[in-house]
Amino acid sequence: MSKILILGATSAIAQAYARRRAAQGASFILAGRNPERLAANAADLVACGAKAAEVFPTDLAAIEKIDDSLRAIKARFGAPDEVFLAYGTLGEQTAAEQDLAQARVLMDTNYTSAALWVLGLIRDKPAASRLTIVGIGSVAGDRGRAKNYIYGSTKAALDRFLEGLTHKHDGSDIRIIRVRPGFVDTPMTAGMQKGGPLWATPDKVAIDIERAVAKGKRVVYTPWFWWVIMMIIRHLPWFVFRRLKI
Amino acid sequence: MQQVSSWGRLRRVPHRVTRPAFLDQARDAVRAADGPLLCFGMGRSYGDVCMNENGRLLVTDMLDRVLAFDRTRGVLRAEAGLTLDRLLRVTVPQGWFPPVVPGTKFVTLAGAVANDVHGKNHESAGTLGAHVLALGLARSSGEVLTLSRGENAELFAATIGGLGLTGAILWVELQLAPIRSAMIDTETFAIDDLAGFFRRAGESRDWPYTVAWVDCLAKGSAMGRGFFIRGRHADTGGLKVHRAPALGVPLDAPGGLLNAWTIGAFNTLYRHRPFVLGAKQVHYDPFFFPLDAVARWNRLYGPRGFFQHQSAVPPGGAFETLRKLLELSAEFAEGSFLVVLKLFGDRPSPGVLSFPLPGATLALDFPNKGESTRRLLDRMADVVLAAGGRLYPAKDATMSGAAFRAGYPAWRTVEARRDPAIMSDFWRRVTSEAA
Repeated sequence: MSKILILGATSAIAQAYARRRAAQGASFILAGRNPERLAANAADLVACGAKAAEVFPTDLAAIEKIDDSLRAIKARFGAPDEVFLAYGTLGEQTAAEQDLAQARVLMDTNYTSAALWVLGLIRDKPAASRLTIVGIGSVAGDRGRAKNYIYGSTKAALDRFLEGLTHKHDGSDIRIIRVRPGFVDTPMTAGMQKGGPLWATPDKVAIDIERAVAKGKRVVYTPWFWWVIMMIIRHLPWFVFRRLKI
Repeated sequence: MQQVSSWGRLRRVPHRVTRPAFLDQARDAVRAADGPLLCFGMGRSYGDVCMNENGRLLVTDMLDRVLAFDRTRGVLRAEAGLTLDRLLRVTVPQGWFPPVVPGTKFVTLAGAVANDVHGKNHESAGTLGAHVLALGLARSSGEVLTLSRGENAELFAATIGGLGLTGAILWVELQLAPIRSAMIDTETFAIDDLAGFFRRAGESRDWPYTVAWVDCLAKGSAMGRGFFIRGRHADTGGLKVHRAPALGVPLDAPGGLLNAWTIGAFNTLYRHRPFVLGAKQVHYDPFFFPLDAVARWNRLYGPRGFFQHQSAVPPGGAFETLRKLLELSAEFAEGSFLVVLKLFGDRPSPGVLSFPLPGATLALDFPNKGESTRRLLDRMADVVLAAGGRLYPAKDATMSGAAFRAGYPAWRTVEARRDPAIMSDFWRRVTSEAA
């Protein structure tokens, strides 16, 4: 049965996904910053049917600690056969434009540290074992937009990185699934005006991801209609795109 | 500010909304209360017990984790916002069922405790509060308390059925009941009148679940005609959980689809469905939660919303009182979609403000037609009070402060233990002039 390492286990999308996999008897290593919140999620997963749910409190975005954490996780829990990369931050673009330290936190969290975790996990993967990597990106990474380009660029970078890995490991025992959610009703989006047909629940997104993992898809938009919306946005000619306040 | 309404959809009023995702955030939000605050679960109470106009609402829907589940003893501890819908998905496959369920599974555990809900098994099981082993409560003082019959017992009693006023319930520990099957063995009988109801109820003492559905438009000698349904957990049939609702009401029914004519037609059809009579085995979902099959059915009453009258009356004059109440509702021709009649037992609840009384209870819905509906509800409340009964705060939107205080003489016990930072529109309405 699957042993799933969740990076950013207190994220609402990760929690919803883990609940679904717990019902099938998976076991979990929950990594994240807040031990009390991780413990609450772990207890919930066990109640949902998880074979086991261990917690690994750490600051995932602390780049210099990643190698030690990888070693500690492997020693304590063994190698995972699935990694669910869910942590990230939306940031505050207007503030980040003025305060480079804030911009850097956004980039280090969403891209640099995330890519290093994935590199380390692939490097340390035991030979002859399988590894599935699920990376939560965003539709915001599909085209740079005035309102959200710093966050968008971090998700775009992560997507390109995972795309390259998909190419490199094609046909091997490493599988990579890039997830591009649209608007999801989670604590991360608490500051946004919610409601309406574009907003999805974490559970809806988790169902889509679960299906994509089972089918071995490489890229999944969730909900599906974002594929159409982003196809249009990516192909809008500049003279139209520049007029959009998005 | 966000517009929020309750299940009856009578008012849509602004609230400042906080939505904690973890218990530590909920604790912090209560401690940082900067004005009147109230916890809000699924918004399934009909009137204003879950509303706090212009104040803050702590919406608990993301606090839905199971914190511990002992599968051998059937003890479950979960965060405040866990719905019975999700609880059932976790516990039924393991052979455990909530000891008491209300008419919908889309309620939160803390909301069910705060309203001390009852179910079809009140005669044997009492209210949900009778099965609560412990509660976690956060107060605006910063205290985080564990409440049980043995620890902070007075606050425990004030919190069960306490309408969320004593603090924010963080978690609930509940004793579940063992089941061998997700199916219910049921028997359904036609009843011709009110006397028929009491006769059937009297001979169904060894059936844990009983309820009657009554055609409230029937007058004269036919008054009280309807169905009597009884059930018990089956021994066979497997432990399959329910499915998500297949139907929904996407929009307000224009002008209210549920007028006297459609309700009359519905009631007639319901009565003449011969196949519902007799013994059969059904899944727990349609047995306990028939209306959950249609998501957001409250929209059928149209944009003006609807009222519900639910009262409990003592056994003494119950027959006469129920007759008067049915008479009033039939007279007003404001037919009720669902009229539910059942007996209450005498198992006490630990809750100070618990609604059930030994005797009988009657619940009727009325579309909101303004003044005439309010007058009807007032007259029905008068009948209930004169009989020594009371109305259910979770369903109420209109009772006067005097009616509330007469029905719940112990209300000052809860007022004395109310968290000073917590308030609801209901509590303001029924206690303000008595301060």
